[in-house]
Amino acid sequence: MNEFKGETLSWQIVNGAIELALHREPCNEIGSLTLEELEKFAAALPGLATEAHVLIVHSTLKAGFSAGADLRELFQRGQEMEKAAALRGVREFLERIHSVMNALDAAPLTTIAAVHGVTFGGGFELALVCDIMIADRMARFCFPELRLGLIPGFGGIPRLKRDLGNAVVRDLLLTGRSFNVMKAQQIGLVSQIAAEGEALRVARATASQVGKFDKRTAAAAKEFVKPIPFEDLKREIDIFCDLYSRPAVEEGLRKFVENEGVQPYLP
Amino acid sequence: MPTTDHTLDQILDLAATHFKVPREKLTPDDDFFKTLGIDSLQAIDLLTKLEHHFSIELPDYELQGVSDFRTLANRIQARL
Repeated sequence: MNEFKGETLSWQIVNGAIELALHREPCNEIGSLTLEELEKFAAALPGLATEAHVLIVHSTLKAGFSAGADLRELFQRGQEMEKAAALRGVREFLERIHSVMNALDAAPLTTIAAVHGVTFGGGFELALVCDIMIADRMARFCFPELRLGLIPGFGGIPRLKRDLGNAVVRDLLLTGRSFNVMKAQQIGLVSQIAAEGEALRVARATASQVGKFDKRTAAAAKEFVKPIPFEDLKREIDIFCDLYSRPAVEEGLRKFVENEGVQPYLP
Repeated sequence: MPTTDHTLDQILDLAATHFKVPREKLTPDDDFFKTLGIDSLQAIDLLTKLEHHFSIELPDYELQGVSDFRTLANRIQARL
């Protein structure tokens, strides 16, 4: 399937690069439908990789790359189900999204996240699976999960630990603060900064350069420098599920979902 | 170091330009969510613009509950 147009995302091959575009309003919240379409993409990836040398992940929405997990869906499903069933559902969702993230992380081609605007939570985690992160000047990053009584659940902590010093990881995680692209480049997350609205163009130029090299060699180099932290990823799911069952999380999610002010509920 | 009044002026100039609102319509004690007609995602954009303009880091938890330009200027002044 060289081309796909879904409800939450689409992909096509352009000049030897697979372009995976996210487009679920309002800001690419990742819920069950996005997961299903990401799974379709992960299943198609081995075939696509034979015809492309690069994968570019980007968003077509003005608001940003992705605001993260669909917290409204998470809250509503928790309300509709008995607690044990809700917890099973959460674990199943996490295992499925980890499977997708791991497939993207290990993809045998160079992967580029071209991000702008809000790149929060699960959206940040999706960007973190990519080999190279290119961000426009207005990109903003955040792991807000602790504010809701949770930890990032899509593989964020193990991948941050892989890429950054532990002291920086603690600051980002334990304060839940957002930070701009200058900070992101300073700590080593973002490798290239683009002008506002130019991240995709810069990613395409980078893809063109990557395409000059032998694919097999690039894949070997990537495998050598980018190990996947499987053990920590499994532990992350366990810790997330332990935390999810507490009443404080339900209350945090309720306040977030029911908040109608212009500022989202964030303690 | 610039005075708080100077910082406040720069914030009002920047907000007027970025959100295409006449500068003379903005006053220090305005609720910027209402005056600029912005939502929380646009407020994040404003924060990023301000950080770039003043070359500072302004953690968003320092802005929780802040909705007027004057208090915003005080928070920024503390980081200059």
